[in-house]
Amino acid sequence: MNRFAELLDRLVLTPSRNGKLTLLRDYFHSVEDPDRGLALAAITGDLNIAAVKPAMLRALVVERMDPVLFGYSYDYVGDLAETVSLVWPQPQGHIPNNMPTLAEVVGRLQAASRSDGPKVLARLLDDANISARFAIIKLVTGGLRIGVSARLAKQALADLGKVDVSGIEELWHGLTPPYTELFAWLEGRAEKPRSAALALFRPVMLSNAVDDGDLEKLDHSAYAAEWKWDGIRVQAVCEGGVRRLYSRTGDDVSGAFPDLAAAMTFEAALDGELLVGDPREATGTFSDLQQRLNRKSVSPKIQQRYPAFMRCYDALQIDGEDLRALAFTERRRRLEAFVQTLDPSRFDLSPLVEFPDWEALERLRQAPPHPIIEGVMLKRWDSPYLAGRPRGPWFKWKRDPHTIDAVLMYAQRGHGKRSSFYSDYTFGVWSGPEGSEELVPVGKAYFGFTDEELKEIDKYVRDNTIERFGPVRSVRADRRNGLVLEVAFEGLNRSTRHKSGVAMRFPRISRLRWDKPAAEADRIETLQALLD
Amino acid sequence: MRPSDLLKPRPEGLYCPPGDFFIDPVRPVERALITHGHSDHARSGHRSVLATQETLDIMGLRYGEDFAGTTQAAVPGETLDINGVAVTFHPAGHVLGSAQICVEHGGMRIVASGDYKRQKDATCLPFEPIRCDVFITEATFGLPVFRHPPDHEEIARVLKSAEQFPERSHLIGAYALGKAQRVMRLLRDAGYDKPIYIHGALARLSEFYQSQGIDLGQLEPATVESGAKADFAGAIVVGPPSAFADRWARRFPDPISCFASGWMRIRQRAKQGGVELPLIISDHADWDELIITIKETGAAEIWVTHGREEALVRWCELEGIAARPLHLVGYEDEGD
Repeated sequence: MNRFAELLDRLVLTPSRNGKLTLLRDYFHSVEDPDRGLALAAITGDLNIAAVKPAMLRALVVERMDPVLFGYSYDYVGDLAETVSLVWPQPQGHIPNNMPTLAEVVGRLQAASRSDGPKVLARLLDDANISARFAIIKLVTGGLRIGVSARLAKQALADLGKVDVSGIEELWHGLTPPYTELFAWLEGRAEKPRSAALALFRPVMLSNAVDDGDLEKLDHSAYAAEWKWDGIRVQAVCEGGVRRLYSRTGDDVSGAFPDLAAAMTFEAALDGELLVGDPREATGTFSDLQQRLNRKSVSPKIQQRYPAFMRCYDALQIDGEDLRALAFTERRRRLEAFVQTLDPSRFDLSPLVEFPDWEALERLRQAPPHPIIEGVMLKRWDSPYLAGRPRGPWFKWKRDPHTIDAVLMYAQRGHGKRSSFYSDYTFGVWSGPEGSEELVPVGKAYFGFTDEELKEIDKYVRDNTIERFGPVRSVRADRRNGLVLEVAFEGLNRSTRHKSGVAMRFPRISRLRWDKPAAEADRIETLQALLD
Repeated sequence: MRPSDLLKPRPEGLYCPPGDFFIDPVRPVERALITHGHSDHARSGHRSVLATQETLDIMGLRYGEDFAGTTQAAVPGETLDINGVAVTFHPAGHVLGSAQICVEHGGMRIVASGDYKRQKDATCLPFEPIRCDVFITEATFGLPVFRHPPDHEEIARVLKSAEQFPERSHLIGAYALGKAQRVMRLLRDAGYDKPIYIHGALARLSEFYQSQGIDLGQLEPATVESGAKADFAGAIVVGPPSAFADRWARRFPDPISCFASGWMRIRQRAKQGGVELPLIISDHADWDELIITIKETGAAEIWVTHGREEALVRWCELEGIAARPLHLVGYEDEGD
């Protein structure tokens, strides 16, 4: 248990992806079964433990200590799980010498009935040290929130076994905690597990961005073109009565889209884009789609207003026949026929875009017919469906990004290599009537510049600081003084969380405009005009 | 005699009317008794200073030899008479030379703890609980959430991390007096025998510790001349926390920022400070040490100073011990 607790403590404060991978890999390497597999399940969200409500946790602790002292403590720390882990009083005369393993902790929690759950939890907390108490509370309150995605954990497993991560994703849904056969395979002690489970995820095929000069070398007639939809890449798999809707990383997202999942009454594995609206009438915008994202539960009202549907663009399997080795031409032919048999309010076909030459396609790309199109996809007619990101068969050719000129307002210190640099920038644009303009923050970016430029901005920040709050500096920014940043971004959403009312998608610094006076940066109206 | 006739707060600091002296005054005074060398307690410019020899030496290093008109060294355990008031210094276990000051007059005994801790520390004498009528305790970590783990466990985490990330350097932020030397000593006690690189701000005090027989092993300046970036791969560097946000830190390869402080108990504090590896190593008493110490002094009355007074006063109330916050101004927590 202590090693798991230590791992969580480290992960939560480690910002870099590589750092997290090292910590995870070392943990999986050094900890034995079944503890490591249960830790993995806890991280990927595949561990089933009956949840304990925060109110119950608070009740347990104030039975054991003065509520006033608890109140002072909670006010100071601000996080319930952390406060309880710190103040939990060890019972008189109780010396914890036998910290249970993670497997024992999970076993006891899983075996507890609803009524004796709190008692079992209290006993475990009595036996644990502070870090372990925090980890136990995180396990029972659901959601570790340590900044590690399931995908990252799988990448760490792939590093451990020196295998490709798609191999793990493909197996994943046929495996259950504590994954002993998976670890045995990764450590070379056993064959790759063969799964008899149905409706498994198939690793997806990804595309490369079109670079300058790429197209000139390619024969346009060898490629099909489609619109690139800015939805969520999904894979709908139905097999022997088992239905699953996967994200592109193999996470099962059926729960978030029960309306679409209910319409999956076929025997096939389809690749496509999840969007909202009714495909026969209108496709929703990205803002509409956002209403369906990152929700734990979806109310019937939301489902009705923003129905999910799938725009299909590939078929990996139909009626038990694996199509992945066939050419795109053939897969497309089968897909077209198959989609016609599906519920037209939930499934449609991503149309092909006809084009006589690259120039014509370029014109179409620049002026797509719908705001949720973010460019075009190019797919070689003769290419099979290959896992991963092979270079050549598939390209994405995105619409050019939007840019605005904004003024640097705040800078925050980075981490790791950048820990002595102010490298995360909050920028704003002008708002308010002429003569009393104010900057309103519209976004934050921490890449897009070179190391040399980073040094220059860092110096500018240090020389022009007007206030400091912890790792953040407020930088001089008014009509006469200020650093103008050209910011590129992919799109804009309405936001109630930001004062400016807009939130940028994928913002990055595209150019430093040392030459441009701050007063000439853009106004908020420029951004508002881009909404929808 | 009432306790407040023997010691009472004044704007300059804690004052003893019959003895006519101040303890840890924050402004220049005629006669100052000083508990330890941290700059919020030990200031320059007093007419005369009474402190342990180590504290006097530390003040000399920090302020120059003429930091006071006259100085007198107090020997721990030996009682001095100051205008009829019996004064005894006792080890406080905070940093090298740190002392509690026991003041006794007319049958009333008050102990001013200065800053103290109870965890073992190889760089200074351990705290001695003194029976008294009134105990003046610090309360830097006076909340039940502050529980310092054993320091060797914290050091073990740095050493493990150094093994896990051999291509990066570990930068340990630690205050220049006390904490830095304790961290170095803990590294040595854990068997770390490579050179430890130190920031220039630590050099003189660390040298002083070494001259006092506290072995810190081989210390090297963390200067660019002493190594190129790659040479600091796998190195452990100790410096004042402020230096790590500074351009100074750029000479190290992809550094992991560590900070040795009792405040690191709170994750959000670590996160806000950009600390990747918090080390909960403190020179102040944690909650459990505070309440054990209060009980051990047997004091019927507790005065609580600099820190979070309210929780400790509340605890005393629940225990039936008279307690009140003593509002002294000007003390920060340099030592943590």
